[in-house]
Amino acid sequence: MLSVLLDTLFDGISIGSVLLLAALGLAIVFGLMGVINMAHGELMMIGAYTMYLVQNSFGGLGGVWFESYIFLALPTAFLVAALGGLMLERWVIRYLYGRPLETLLATWGVSLILQQFVRSVNWAMVIGLVLWGALILTGRLLVWPRWGNLPWMSRVWVIAAGALAWGVGALAGERFGLALEEPWFGAEGVDVNAPDWLQGGIPLGDFQLPASRLFIISLTSICLLGLYLFLQKSPWGLRIRAVTQNRSMSACLGIPTGTVDALTFALGSGLAGVAGCAVSLLGSVDPNLGQEYIVNTFMVVVVGGVGNLVGSVVAAMTIGILQDLFSSGILPLLLGDKNPLTGFFNFFATDSMAKVIVFALIIIFLQVRPAGMFPQKGRSVDA
Amino acid sequence: MKRQFSRRKFLLYGGATLGTTMLLKACGSQPTPEAQSSASPTTSASPSSTIKVGILHSLSGTMAISEKTVVDAEQMAIDEINAAGGVLGMQIEAVVEDGASDWPTFAAKAKKLIEQDKVVTVFGCWTSASRKAVLPVFESEKNMLWYPVQYEGQECSKYVFYTGAVPNQQIEPAVTWLLKNKGKQFFLVGSDYVFPRTANTIIKGQLQAQGGTTVGEDYLPLGATEVTPIIAKIRAALPNGGVIFNTLNGDSNVAFFKQLKGSGITPDKWPVMSVSIAEQEVQSIGTSYLDGQYASWNYFMSIDSPANKKFVSDFQAKYGANRVTDDPMEAAYIAVYLWKQAVEKAGTASDLEKVRAAALGQSFNAPEGKVTLEDNHHLAKFVRIGEVQPSGQFSVVYASPNAVKPQPWSQFVASTKGYTCNWSLDRPDAGKFKMGST
Repeated sequence: MLSVLLDTLFDGISIGSVLLLAALGLAIVFGLMGVINMAHGELMMIGAYTMYLVQNSFGGLGGVWFESYIFLALPTAFLVAALGGLMLERWVIRYLYGRPLETLLATWGVSLILQQFVRSVNWAMVIGLVLWGALILTGRLLVWPRWGNLPWMSRVWVIAAGALAWGVGALAGERFGLALEEPWFGAEGVDVNAPDWLQGGIPLGDFQLPASRLFIISLTSICLLGLYLFLQKSPWGLRIRAVTQNRSMSACLGIPTGTVDALTFALGSGLAGVAGCAVSLLGSVDPNLGQEYIVNTFMVVVVGGVGNLVGSVVAAMTIGILQDLFSSGILPLLLGDKNPLTGFFNFFATDSMAKVIVFALIIIFLQVRPAGMFPQKGRSVDA
Repeated sequence: MKRQFSRRKFLLYGGATLGTTMLLKACGSQPTPEAQSSASPTTSASPSSTIKVGILHSLSGTMAISEKTVVDAEQMAIDEINAAGGVLGMQIEAVVEDGASDWPTFAAKAKKLIEQDKVVTVFGCWTSASRKAVLPVFESEKNMLWYPVQYEGQECSKYVFYTGAVPNQQIEPAVTWLLKNKGKQFFLVGSDYVFPRTANTIIKGQLQAQGGTTVGEDYLPLGATEVTPIIAKIRAALPNGGVIFNTLNGDSNVAFFKQLKGSGITPDKWPVMSVSIAEQEVQSIGTSYLDGQYASWNYFMSIDSPANKKFVSDFQAKYGANRVTDDPMEAAYIAVYLWKQAVEKAGTASDLEKVRAAALGQSFNAPEGKVTLEDNHHLAKFVRIGEVQPSGQFSVVYASPNAVKPQPWSQFVASTKGYTCNWSLDRPDAGKFKMGST
């Protein structure tokens, strides 16, 4: 009986740690900055695809390279996703601070663009995009300064450059056919094979602890610890916390809030990239990967209480353990056949029904504690 | 000041334009093959000399992974027919619509194809849920749907031709083979929608009839990737090994097999038989997770026949050398050719009654072997069971000696036992009537 309980606890913690890892980045972006980033899942997807690319470039070397490519993939995914997040913040979200609805719609749009980009990206498209970027850069550096009083000309330049780049990309695709037009990834999922030592498990009595789960649990702990140390002990962490608590006062005291915003967003996005790597060990890597996690991650942050990392940890673990408790059918087993509750729990002992009851419990909980488990206190809360 | 303002504006506009361009380009890239196919051989063709057909699959959303490949196969068949002179001297023009993995969208797009584009037939759908959603449209419009995927049966519509397998051509032979070779205790895992639930009803009936036991049954929502609780249940129900029968569909399969291996549930003691895992899915799950597992289909890419070799090499030449072919793609390819033969026999593409009558009994030398369209609108097909090899291909461990006749109404389900379907008969209940009754 004890081993069954421990098994359930382990399963619950492993579900919870996946939730937590996925939600960690969002806890910063949504929790600390208050930005509703619907593209968070797509940043995870970018991390997972980065893992795929690293696997293909280094895993192919075989031997030690394949066994350890994941340690290279994790920081790479962090950097790539952080860069993606930085661009998103600088080009889109920066203009929408304080307008949550617009942010929501804009980031949702970005998430769709990213999904479709991964589906259709090919060399012809990349050639077009790079050419466009180069033309805009040339225009900015060499041509526009001479126009002086005609700022609208720059817009014409951008559009014309876009049309030209599109044409060149399409022509190149037409001329060289499949070589340029074959999608890099396509709409289908790509295969990420974990190193052998992560595919197996550690035998323990009559069951086996999956190595990938243990790896994710430790990765989550490391990320959590790193994040805690960064926020609490580093000067930039201090600035982030200050801006979170009172933006205008921080600005008055000389903290560069714009830089802090960009940094915080990049950090959250980078963590999403790491989470993407982790979930690619468990599930499929395809353009829809982010969609499967976005609801759960928001749920964790909302239940935990906005602006609080401890809340996210407790919420993720609670949801994970509850989900496993209901759906693995352990409760009817413990209660025995005679208990009147057995029938009730048996009814909810499938995966879909367990989700129903977990969501119902969350709704009830939010009725009692609308601000989540650990609500933020203080005068600036409503600001 | 002024310069800073314009730079800021520029970034905003630039970002927006970049986004729009990518989106437009992404959307624009999909219909390209269609444009090519309609324009390639006879550019001087006037509108009256083309036959419009519809292609209705999910090009976005969770099912796009699978359905996109079927669209490729259908378009290849159409291009081949057009290059060889078309049908009745006319070119085929394909109108591609995106069902977006959303069942009401499928119904709306089907209506659009039939009413606005005036297509004479539609090749489409993957999930049974989408087929059930468009069925009322095809029945009220009296149009024609060619459905290319194996499914749970228990349906026989006058307005649908089914070129995939029904349970007695895939699931039932697989269960018989498992009982004979792998074990008597079955755990059933499926996605939570109509196909797996009906399939599992049939499997349970068959196990009862043939001396097996069902030790457990569980369902995951489509797209779910958290399979830990199911694995815990399998461990509890089958502590010393047994058969896992897998009717999961889509992304959940990847999660299921990756985590199964991590939990030490290996094919030597717990063989998994899948009915939705074909070469395409093997590629995206990763062969190291699937090595030694089984799948039941009518067609495998590894079949050694001239027809299949030509199919595979043509497909790879058109779409890329790393692409694979699989069962639903082959069934979709067959569907286009059977429709063409029926139209040629009927001498018309627009008189659907005549085309329907002419379609019955058509044979096609398909990559899987010679298939025949039976009177119940389903195909007589070959049954094969394959074992996944490290190369990602299947080695065939069982093949039926002859094409197996389809039984859309399952003989292992009490409510449909003894029923059959025959659209060559002129009777009001031709879709479902008791065998032997007149």
